[in-house]
Amino acid sequence: MAERPMIAAEGLVKRFGATVALDGLDLAAERGTVLGVLGPNGAGKTTAVRILCTLLEADSGHAEVAGYDVRTQPDQVRARIGLTGQYAAVDEYLTGRENLEMIGRLSRLPARQARARALELLDRFDLGDAGGRLAKGYSGGMRRRLDLAASLVAAPPVLFLDEPTTGLDPRSRFTMWDLIAELVSGGTTILLTTQYLEEADRLADLIAVVDHGRVIASGTSSELKDRVGGERLEVAVPGADDLAAAARLLARAGDSEPLVDRDGGRVSVPFTAGTRGLAQVVREFDAAGVAIDDLSLRRPTLDDVFLALTGHAAEDTVPSDTPDHRGEEVSV
Amino acid sequence: MSAPAAALRPWGRLRWAMTDALVLTKRSLLHIPRIPELLVFATIQPVMFVLLFRYVFGGAINVQGASYVNFLMAGVFVQTVTFGAMTTGIGLSTDLSTGLVDRFRSLPMARSAVLLGRTLADLARNSLVVLIMVLVGLGVGFRPEAGVLEWLATAGMLLLLSFSFSWIGATIALFVRNPEAVQSAGFIWLFPLTFASSAFVQTASMPGWLQAFADHQPITLIINTVRGLLLDQPIGSDGPVAALSCAAILLVFAPLAVARFRNAGS
Ligand SMILES: Nc1ncnc2c1ncn2[C@@H]1O[C@H](COP(=O)(O)OP(=O)(O)O)[C@@H](O)[C@H]1O
Ligand SMILES: [Mg+2]
Repeated sequence: MAERPMIAAEGLVKRFGATVALDGLDLAAERGTVLGVLGPNGAGKTTAVRILCTLLEADSGHAEVAGYDVRTQPDQVRARIGLTGQYAAVDEYLTGRENLEMIGRLSRLPARQARARALELLDRFDLGDAGGRLAKGYSGGMRRRLDLAASLVAAPPVLFLDEPTTGLDPRSRFTMWDLIAELVSGGTTILLTTQYLEEADRLADLIAVVDHGRVIASGTSSELKDRVGGERLEVAVPGADDLAAAARLLARAGDSEPLVDRDGGRVSVPFTAGTRGLAQVVREFDAAGVAIDDLSLRRPTLDDVFLALTGHAAEDTVPSDTPDHRGEEVSV
Repeated sequence: MSAPAAALRPWGRLRWAMTDALVLTKRSLLHIPRIPELLVFATIQPVMFVLLFRYVFGGAINVQGASYVNFLMAGVFVQTVTFGAMTTGIGLSTDLSTGLVDRFRSLPMARSAVLLGRTLADLARNSLVVLIMVLVGLGVGFRPEAGVLEWLATAGMLLLLSFSFSWIGATIALFVRNPEAVQSAGFIWLFPLTFASSAFVQTASMPGWLQAFADHQPITLIINTVRGLLLDQPIGSDGPVAALSCAAILLVFAPLAVARFRNAGS
């Protein structure tokens, strides 16, 4: 029999008044892997993390972390998890070092060990020089690193990272990604929630796409991309007026309904006709008098996956005006 | 990365709970010099009350058995300590809103420690403010007649008051959560308690219905006790009843706050 998953949730339901935050959520992460929980704002990611971290009780369903029931064995669970919440939970009026020492003491380390561990982590997270300064003066990226360090003080085998890079500038985000990748190679099991498709693509072994409190698709990044179809033909047009015409043309040339990205001025469609078909498309655009800014054949991104699965974009792109066809593009 | 081995040694639960509470007490004590505004504002307000009542209203207020400044200071000490409950509530609600409490609750630590750590630290902070107020009082003519024993009893009474009322503040914070709302709520329950009392005037000067409330509410009993001790006057049954009231408040609000804290997520 296979080893039990380090994180397992079955049919989690959580309501806040009339809001259904979780609507039968299932999740599983094997030991030493990263489960990416990908979903837009309000999908229920934080609620799921809070239930798994014993901060919140589910209305129904069952969850285990490291083999312990989050409802009936919360202390055992707490002794084995680290949590980096959506907002950096550090004490602003303590120094970086005092913050880590405090968490060490509260994680039941003897004082001397807590001090040594704090110094070790400050060094590793490039906070060695700032360790003696109040966290109040830290930049956003430094706070996040301190927060991540705090969740690692007790070297927990399971780590929950709730949107660890939301609100960070690109450079700090890359730093966080490197740190997280390093943790994974050390054997830690991680549940990572994110709104960034690129982040899930890059860090997660398995991705669960969550919308309205339910997993609407899961698999590896490439499995999810395959579900949207193979390659996609993407055409960028110069004006907003050209979008409708381009969509009409691509609907004929492609294998299913095209997706329109209004803000980006692009239309894309699953496409299997190869380069010969490509030439045909260009001729048709010419004949119809629709100018082409850019034309490319590419593997689908997770953006396409999300748009195709949910009928709305995960990030800031606006859904196109033909949402009715979205759900039919892939079988979930 | 070496896994710390000491994760769960078989120490007593109580000992762990105390260790956790002391770690968090230290944390809150470190805040005192680092957020000097808090201490300054906590001191300025009672200083203003002293000046206001000593020099503006004092001349128009008649009290029997003592000079007005001697009468006044007991009320000021008790009001200062009582208002400290609001600081506890504001601090706790701030922790709740920044996510720090979530981190604490995800650790294998005692549930009571976050609350106990804060109330203990506020006890220290309150003591500091009262100490300053004693000096301020001496500066404006306060001449207590208490001996060492009376001073010790006064300190004990004020500490008990501070600790028990901090738990009311903590309970309110756990229900209201938003720091600004905790502050506003503080005025609603603290003003009637401290002003409809014997803090600034003798209750005999109040209309009958108000006097009935003022004479029997715990803050009056505590003020009368502290006043009696400081001015070397008999305190009768007020002392024991005042102490019992504080103990009762503690017995109700500490478990209530801890229970509420356990479910702070839902
Ligand atoms: N404490 C709460 N009280 C009321 N509604 C909540 C609470 N927490 C979350 N919700 C609601 O539940 C839904 C899921 O929220 P959340 O889990 O925070 O989503 P995400 O983290 O994916 O953005 C949202 O509609 C949110 O408004
Ligand atoms: Mg969230």
